[in-house]
Amino acid sequence: MTLDAAWAVDWVRRSAATVAEHRDELVELDRQIGDGDHGENMNRGFRAVVAKLDALDAPPASVGDVMRLVATTLMSTVGGAAGPLYGTAYLRASKSGAATALGSDGVVALLEAALDGIVTRGRAHEGEKTMVDAWTPAVAAAVDAADHGAPPSAVLAAAARGAHEGAAATVALVATKGRASYLGERSAGHLDPGARSSELILRAAAEAAAAAD
Amino acid sequence: MTDRWAPVALVLVSHSRALAEGAAEVAAQMAPGVLIVPAGGTDGGGLGTSFDLVEVALRRATDDGRSAVVVADLGSAVLTAESVLELVEGHVAERVRLADAPFVEGAVAAAVTAHGRADLGAVLASAQAAAATFGPVDVERTAPAAAPPAAAGGTSGGATAPVVDDDGSVRATAVLRNPLGLHARPAALIVRMLAHYDAKVQVNGVNAASVLDLMKLGAVKDDVLTVSAQGPQAVEAVTRLVEDVEAGFGEV
Ligand SMILES: Nc1ncnc2c1ncn2[C@@H]1O[C@H](COP(=O)(O)OP(=O)(O)OP(=O)(O)O)[C@@H](O)[C@H]1O
Ligand SMILES: [Mg+2]
Repeated sequence: MTLDAAWAVDWVRRSAATVAEHRDELVELDRQIGDGDHGENMNRGFRAVVAKLDALDAPPASVGDVMRLVATTLMSTVGGAAGPLYGTAYLRASKSGAATALGSDGVVALLEAALDGIVTRGRAHEGEKTMVDAWTPAVAAAVDAADHGAPPSAVLAAAARGAHEGAAATVALVATKGRASYLGERSAGHLDPGARSSELILRAAAEAAAAAD
Repeated sequence: MTDRWAPVALVLVSHSRALAEGAAEVAAQMAPGVLIVPAGGTDGGGLGTSFDLVEVALRRATDDGRSAVVVADLGSAVLTAESVLELVEGHVAERVRLADAPFVEGAVAAAVTAHGRADLGAVLASAQAAAATFGPVDVERTAPAAAPPAAAGGTSGGATAPVVDDDGSVRATAVLRNPLGLHARPAALIVRMLAHYDAKVQVNGVNAASVLDLMKLGAVKDDVLTVSAQGPQAVEAVTRLVEDVEAGFGEV
């Protein structure tokens, strides 16, 4: 079982759908510790991605091609910090996902590349109450699953669970990066919006893989 | 390269179009020879930053072989500028530096330095040094009481001829004539004028190549300024600066 460009397209469409569905929730989370635009930023970005996909003459040839389209579109349309952060994540993922089909190791490499992109761009470490706190346990869980011989869909399911736990754990954290850091101690007690959107996107990846199985 | 613009341009990236344009306006007033390109807000003019606007601004700034310093405000302004730099062609990116500087102060300091046709490194350094504007001021202030009475109608009554110190520094004093003291306009005039001399110049001990440092002196009318300089053209620079001070920068 491998994951191909069709899976990547399905992942992106499912991401757009879940971001739209959770738009107001993300806005509310960002209102509590930021400027209240994360839901709108992400929704605008993913709607633009879907519009680009719809306008393609031929289906994308590789996972990498899909990731690249998402990267450039999010960078141009999101408008907040999430734009360059997710943009760089997908850009790095596009370089790792050049193959036409990904096995479990390929999926792990893709997720690692994405996390690496976020960390490079945002210079955030674990524990700073950002999307890094969702992606780091997601990647760790994916590595663990792949090491135990799990197929790609199970690797992504593990990543989604890791992201969920990581996002939930941001509630207790005090933000030291991004806009929420201006709140200092008062940022504790709230879920980080970027960690929440990361969790949604990784769950969409797992669902697309399960549908492809 | 066209002569209209200094070799180093500025790109001001902000979350707000109005803020970027306003900062560009403030900086341009003191540096009319510098191409300053604002890139504020989202494509639709809302609050946020736009990859495309920043990319267009960077290309425009580096046209004609110019280099550019980017000054950005919060969060995504920095991240977006870095993303653009990662994706544009190498020949553009290599001529651009992102300043770690406060937005308005950094823009003004960089613009004035660029106006003196300084190179990329010097413009970047002056933007980054602008953060010190917020630090404690520790400059020796010459007491106004030490000022000799200004000769009525004279233009050189308070000035002393340049003398050479033991350490090779050239030193002279001059009395501020203009009613508003050493405010932004005369400070910018000094920096621009001194850019033509091969000398390191200080006014009351602070770097006379920095508009912000000069303004921080808070020197007012009738203050005595001590001008010192080192370098091949130290005497010329001091002489010219004393003349300009005594002439009231054309404001009297
Ligand atoms: N330096 C960073 N590193 C990693 N993630 C970050 C960083 N800064 C912000 N984030 C993530 O981005 C999310 C906020 O995204 P959003 O699109 O709302 O940007 P924003 O903070 O409003 O951007 P802006 O800087 O334009 O105001 C945060 O919840 C956090 O997860
Ligand atoms: Mg926000």
